[in-house]
Amino acid sequence: MRGVAASPGIAIGKSVLKMEEALKADEREISPDEVDGELERLREGLEKAVEELKELQEETEKKLGKEEAEIFGAHQMLVQDPEMVKTIEEGIKKDKKNAEKALEEAVEQYASLMAGLEDEYMQAREADIRDVGSRILRILKGKSDEQAALPPDSVIIARDLTPSDTARLDKERVVAFLTADGSRTSHSAIMARSLGIPAVVGLGRDFLKDVDDGAKVIVDGNEGEVFLNPSEDKLKDYRGRLEEFEQEKKRLAQFKDVKAVTRDGEEIEVAGNIGNIFDVEPLLEQGGEGIGLFRTEFLYMDREDLPGEEEQFEAYKEVAQAMGDYPVIIRTLDIGGDKDLPYLELPQEMNPFLGYRAIRLCLDQPEIFKPQLRAILRASHYGNIKLMYPMIATLEEVKEANRLLTEIEKELEEEGIPFDGEMEKGIMIEVPGAVMIADALAGEVDFFSIGTNDLIQYTMAVDRGNERIAHLHSPYHPGVLKLIKETIEAGHRNDIWVGMCGEAAGDELLLPFLLGAGLDEFSMSAGSVLRIKELLGFWTKEEAKEITEKTLELGTAEEVEKFLKTHKKTEK
Amino acid sequence: MVEKEVTIKNETGLHARPATLFVKKASSFSADIEITKDDKTVNAKSIMGVMSLGAGKGSKVKLKAEGDDEQEAIEALVDLIDQGLSEQEGG
Repeated sequence: MRGVAASPGIAIGKSVLKMEEALKADEREISPDEVDGELERLREGLEKAVEELKELQEETEKKLGKEEAEIFGAHQMLVQDPEMVKTIEEGIKKDKKNAEKALEEAVEQYASLMAGLEDEYMQAREADIRDVGSRILRILKGKSDEQAALPPDSVIIARDLTPSDTARLDKERVVAFLTADGSRTSHSAIMARSLGIPAVVGLGRDFLKDVDDGAKVIVDGNEGEVFLNPSEDKLKDYRGRLEEFEQEKKRLAQFKDVKAVTRDGEEIEVAGNIGNIFDVEPLLEQGGEGIGLFRTEFLYMDREDLPGEEEQFEAYKEVAQAMGDYPVIIRTLDIGGDKDLPYLELPQEMNPFLGYRAIRLCLDQPEIFKPQLRAILRASHYGNIKLMYPMIATLEEVKEANRLLTEIEKELEEEGIPFDGEMEKGIMIEVPGAVMIADALAGEVDFFSIGTNDLIQYTMAVDRGNERIAHLHSPYHPGVLKLIKETIEAGHRNDIWVGMCGEAAGDELLLPFLLGAGLDEFSMSAGSVLRIKELLGFWTKEEAKEITEKTLELGTAEEVEKFLKTHKKTEK
Repeated sequence: MVEKEVTIKNETGLHARPATLFVKKASSFSADIEITKDDKTVNAKSIMGVMSLGAGKGSKVKLKAEGDDEQEAIEALVDLIDQGLSEQEGG
């Protein structure tokens, strides 16, 4: 069976069905004498629910951060909602229903009311109301919130997982989860990735009918495949894969708490790219020593209006604090191109990648840019934050952005709001024209970070989304490699450091070339960090330099790839 | 009792986050507060009530408060709506 691969990894376990329907209210007509007792029971139940939710909010805040915990604050509001409470009480008083039944009917009434509204946000509240409803119902039925002891190697199967479910998942016992609904961006998928548990979502409602409780299941979160009651051969195959996966994990774990050092003892910074606070813990678990790219777009997407300064400040501060002394490079809004924000109502363009995007848009609309700069500056007081502008093509752009920043620094000073006056400022190098004027650009900033995905696209004139010409989008093209080398040299000529936050930074083949070219910082997706740390230890600076020089003598991407393959190292 | 009519100005209207802010603010007063749009009246301290009004941008709503702090309540809520229901405080 195939679904959406929502969180990578392989798991073999036993199915545990989590059916909301399991919790049903018994219906009972009550006598007038019982009304007061039922009302009291309801009041106690609601109080208990609020208490539980407060606890859950605190717990989640510690584990996953403030933003993710907020949902339980919203749930508290729902539990105490005067209109809904009134409806339940009326069900008890007038219709002489027991508290459970009166609750169930009120929940049904409000949930379908929300589901019927046109607004997508409101429709999503239906699930919250039902989640809150089951919580109160469970309390009224006298059951505790402790999860019924799950067997080890549980594969949780549900229609969808609510925030309450995922927050309480016992990570020791749950090896994977599968849901009938959901997509890669649904709550359960995001949580699975941040917990590091393999997950396949969007398997369809029929899937729930096909699966029995306690059945053997193989979950392949890399491919989005699920095998129910697999054959012995299949099991053997996947046991092998799981074994390999685990061994690799164990071997690489030794690099988690050690700095990345070359064989001749030079420290290199290996950092990770993140999109939000949920990515921080997995990155630290994978041995990341900083954040080389914090994509702030996530804060702006899937909503109806721009995030305010306050909200952004909280988000940046949270990440900075979670990272402690490690550097956190926050990239200002990189929207446009293939990433649209519908509420900005940007006009359609013939060539969006060559159009009104990133720094161009931000400088043109300072009312969007300034709150972000203010939020970043304010957050800089709480950690080791660095600021980075995307898509810089001209000197004027950097100067203008820095001018705005200085203006805001003055504002903050006047308002007496603390910020880090020494915060480093850098730019992304993604446009070949910028490489050509790198010496001049270096005079305005403290660092460069090479964004290879766009640099390749602009250097090779290849739309990276076009499959028919995808073979031309190669980091091995000598033209691209020369630009990378030149960027690093220009940076060093002007005494600033140079990092890389594109996919190429995690490319095992390119590693000796980049090391030899003098790259100071490698930033990649969390999954590659440990492996790159290991590989860096195989090389000395001198050996790598030789590779860089020889690579630059080659004429085609094919030759480069072949050369790097024959010269890769598998040990010290 | 204090009554006042206001027009919703922000893009989103009294939905989603703005509705939550509005209800939180209303709940911080002891007065009973009602909000009416067209002929539908709901408790202003009820998130479900407020959201079910469907008050979008440009809607006129009537606020009514009764209780000790009725005056402050109306002023604060009218202010909040006039400022476009955005999150401004905190820090």
